[in-house]
Amino acid sequence: MPVTTLLDREIHVDDEGFLTEYDEWDEALGAELAKQIGIEMTDEHWSLIRFLREDFKEKGETATTRRVQAAGGVPTKRQFELFPKKPAKKMAYIAGLPKPHGCV
Amino acid sequence: MPAKKNAPIVPNFGDDEETGRKLAIICSKGNLDMAYPGLILANAALGEGVETHLFFTFWGFDMIAKKRMNDLKFSPTGNTAMHMPIGDVRVPQALAPVPGMQAVATKMLKKQIADLGVPEVPDFLDQIVAAGGHLWGCRMSADMNKFTETDLRDDVEGIISASDFIEKTEGAQLLFI
Repeated sequence: MPVTTLLDREIHVDDEGFLTEYDEWDEALGAELAKQIGIEMTDEHWSLIRFLREDFKEKGETATTRRVQAAGGVPTKRQFELFPKKPAKKMAYIAGLPKPHGCV
Repeated sequence: MPAKKNAPIVPNFGDDEETGRKLAIICSKGNLDMAYPGLILANAALGEGVETHLFFTFWGFDMIAKKRMNDLKFSPTGNTAMHMPIGDVRVPQALAPVPGMQAVATKMLKKQIADLGVPEVPDFLDQIVAAGGHLWGCRMSADMNKFTETDLRDDVEGIISASDFIEKTEGAQLLFI
């Protein structure tokens, strides 16, 4: 697995750049990841990212957009506004989680 | 963009490229099981930033008809691939048309789909529209059913002819389901 450097830290990532170690992430790093993909984080972005982190801890997999709406309470439309075009993957990346596996 | 030396590894979300990729899905079946493939693919395409259009025609028209969309059915009749949820037991075709079998099979399929966290058809279409998907009704199907726009989901953008749909989806990849 590749290692990359962000905020002067060594981070384990997969070939695409998604973090592979849950515990290497903190919010400072999340903010840096967001910057890398051109997302300006607001409180609303953060509450969604925190939901994803908590949900992953509990379920062992990354929430899909469907689950973010059903369990996280953020409507699909809003997710597309906050993380344009590819919300599921962008949210996962900023939250330091693998891409969601679910189809829906 | 040439990578800088020691540049961090960051996924490419394709934001800088305007691919113009479009997907057109023609939904022609109104069985519960055949409603899903188009919806799942549409949802996936939208999640990848692909402009997506769905055209509901023939039996697929039931998916957007207010009176029918909550009541799609699944029948094992003629479906030799249908297995029971446990094991590899097939439903014998002679039993498939037995009264009550369709209701049981529909209930079973709905439960399996719900257990995966996948929404029912009307909810799924809500989600697809929220993600930016476009819904179109087929003119000929509307005429055959004597339906107007008021009989369809409010978010159906219009009842259009086949040639209108072909025109709207110029350059799109096309799926017929």
